[in-house]
Amino acid sequence: MTAQRVGYALLIVLALVAPLFAYPVFLMKALCFALFACAFNLLLGYAGLMSFGHAMFFGMAGYFYGHVVKAWDMAPEAGLLAGVAGAALLGLVTGALAIRRQGIYFAMITLAFAQMVYFFCIQAPFTGGEDGLQGIPRKALLGGLIPTKNDFVLYYVVLAIFLFGYGAIYRSIHSPFGQVLKAIRDNEQRAKSLGYEADRYKLLAFVLSAALAGLAGATKAMVQQFATLTDVAAGTSGEVVLMALVGGLGTIIGPVVGAFIIVTMQNYLASAGEFVLVIQGAIFVVIVLAFRKGVVGELADWWRRRRA
Amino acid sequence: MFELLGIPPQALFGQLLLGLINGAFYAMLSLGLAVIFGMLNVINFTHGAQYMMGAFAAWLLLGIFGVPFWVSLVLAPLIVGAFGVVLEKLLLKRIYHLDHLYGFLLTFGLALVIEGLFQWKWGSSGAPYENPIPGGGNLGFMFMPYYRGFVVVAALVICLATWYGIERTRLGAYLRAATENPALVQAFGINVPRLITLTYGLGVGLAALAGVLAAPIQQVSALMGTSLVLVVFAVVVIGGMGSIMGSIVTGFGLGVVEGLTKVFYPPASNTVIFVIMAIVLLIKPAGLFGQTK
Amino acid sequence: MTEVLLKVENLEAWYGESHILHGVDFHVGRGELVTLLGRNGVGKTTTLKSVMGIVGKRTGSVRFENEELVSQPSNVIARKGLAYCPEERGIFSSLNVEENLLLPPAVKPGGLSLEEIYKLFPNLLERRRSQGTKLSGGEQQMLAIGRILRTGASLLLLDEPTEGLAPVIVQRIGEIIRELKARGFTILLVEQNFRFAAAVADRHYIVEDGRVVDMMTAAEVSTNIGKLQAYLGV
Repeated sequence: MTAQRVGYALLIVLALVAPLFAYPVFLMKALCFALFACAFNLLLGYAGLMSFGHAMFFGMAGYFYGHVVKAWDMAPEAGLLAGVAGAALLGLVTGALAIRRQGIYFAMITLAFAQMVYFFCIQAPFTGGEDGLQGIPRKALLGGLIPTKNDFVLYYVVLAIFLFGYGAIYRSIHSPFGQVLKAIRDNEQRAKSLGYEADRYKLLAFVLSAALAGLAGATKAMVQQFATLTDVAAGTSGEVVLMALVGGLGTIIGPVVGAFIIVTMQNYLASAGEFVLVIQGAIFVVIVLAFRKGVVGELADWWRRRRA
Repeated sequence: MFELLGIPPQALFGQLLLGLINGAFYAMLSLGLAVIFGMLNVINFTHGAQYMMGAFAAWLLLGIFGVPFWVSLVLAPLIVGAFGVVLEKLLLKRIYHLDHLYGFLLTFGLALVIEGLFQWKWGSSGAPYENPIPGGGNLGFMFMPYYRGFVVVAALVICLATWYGIERTRLGAYLRAATENPALVQAFGINVPRLITLTYGLGVGLAALAGVLAAPIQQVSALMGTSLVLVVFAVVVIGGMGSIMGSIVTGFGLGVVEGLTKVFYPPASNTVIFVIMAIVLLIKPAGLFGQTK
Repeated sequence: MTEVLLKVENLEAWYGESHILHGVDFHVGRGELVTLLGRNGVGKTTTLKSVMGIVGKRTGSVRFENEELVSQPSNVIARKGLAYCPEERGIFSSLNVEENLLLPPAVKPGGLSLEEIYKLFPNLLERRRSQGTKLSGGEQQMLAIGRILRTGASLLLLDEPTEGLAPVIVQRIGEIIRELKARGFTILLVEQNFRFAAAVADRHYIVEDGRVVDMMTAAEVSTNIGKLQAYLGV
């Protein structure tokens, strides 16, 4: 266990000094996607439910944030809250319906709902349609105490938000709630026969995952100062699946690793245009065929074999 | 002539025809998906990309070799179907023993690769394909373009032929039996792995055939299958994967419903199928024609 | 000495990690009816499945008409002339009775024709358009047996054909099996119902813990009832 503590301590230190070595905006984007991927992984790795439409929570929260902060001219905290609450509500509605099916059908239903949200966003006036919501102002936090216009300062704010979200996931997984989730994932019939209302737990996990994805999306809107259709598109849903897969499903830190890898890769390949999709698709294929445990999972396996 | 709820007959029947055409494609594609899922237990996300490949094959065959539409109608599905066979033997076979979700992810990744490659090579703006039956006839209450009428009839014929092939022939019996109990069917002397490969090829060929039929109607572009496949998933959830006839009826029916929605309440036309899916999930989660497995 | 049709030596089999068969040895002569007897869970069904090639991992030797079949896939084995009638009968619900009957392809000449099968099982003729699974247990068993008679297979592997059936149906099945034997089929039978097995078989093998531990001819049975009952835990 101490090895894990040391690992986490190192990571925290790394996170604290990172802006000295890399662009804060890039880091913040990566952190937002990392939280998004962790939220997704809570649902898949621990509840066994693969949502293929998670972008709807991520993207809508961004729109909510933008609208509250720009059109209603409220504080960024209100925007973040609106993002989380909005995503949670959307999660409640879609989850209640999606939970009625299992496995592959569940995935297809979430995909379809996300498409509905996408089409809604194209048409709804408040999202700005194809242009998106642009020019969201960066307002200071805590009533003026924290100047968010400074990327450096904002980085630590985003880091704090990320750690809060990550902590929430960590606590959920290691709580009795998390144990029941795992039991349901491994053998739903058995869990039900023990008296657990599986559907209620699954819905709760779904809403929690949606809310955290919303937190990630709202934070991203805060950083990038815009919200667009790309954020609610099927491509983004697919991307977060890829991040969790690359990093390692069912490991807590895996999605973070996966998110950083994919965001970095997208950065480097930005000039290659559509070829990025080919690479992403190829990574999907290779991982499904040969490296299902992801980077963290395979590393953990390797480490275990060395010690045995 | 009469007007229905303030909509002139030309507009109404024009939209109905469009709805029937969309329904024709929904039916053909969900049929292919259902057949593949029944045998392989894999949701073929690549279906949209394979539909697109069919259209591209027709376009390339015409552009490079001067192959006319009617020949492409046979050749393109064979080519793309063969490609599907290769995919199945090289990649899909390896993941049958895993959770269904991995099949979904694998075919999703393949769709990205294929669409990405086509987009990279030919861009995402569409190319036109010449209408093989130009012109149309005036039926009084509407103008019927010949090609579109042909598409609806052709799709019906294809769907019914597929239904007949599966429900009434020996090979279809092998398929249905192997869907239920592959180990036993193999113990009777039938090469089930080969049957599975052929089934995938058939499903892919169906998708490609739909693509060829689509080419003269919409622009041939790398992304033409992307959003379509998502709608087809909803169609499949609504119909349930249980019956072949169910997929056909649901596909055509939903196309008509979508068309009617465009007439009477346009802003909902994009999402009406998904809304119906939500309703079906509430009332009959297994789908309209599905059986809970 | 009758020609040996099937010779099994040191057959071992695994379901995943479970080691079910620890070295099974027996042989079946042409035209014989041989049974595998034993308590629940000793590996009788697994033995049949291993001979047929349905079990995943197997080692040892399975020679049919002097050809080694142990590492062949089940469809190849079927085409050599073996046919399998599973314990759960395996009637396909998406096919009707006649389709079920016609499903197994003819792998060799000499199988019964559809008419001959209907003569053996007249109630199947009556119900030929019914959905396969709508039949009663006894009718499904007859369908399962009738199915494999068309193929031209010479060795029939029957897994507990009388399980869960009423005595009058069991009697009918016994008559059918004797009729098949008279027509020259070779039959390997797994049975828990010893009285049924004794009425039709030439020889019995006793299976225990994944191994064959004893063999008795039909003649020896009457003088060894006590030993048999001990084996079968009766």
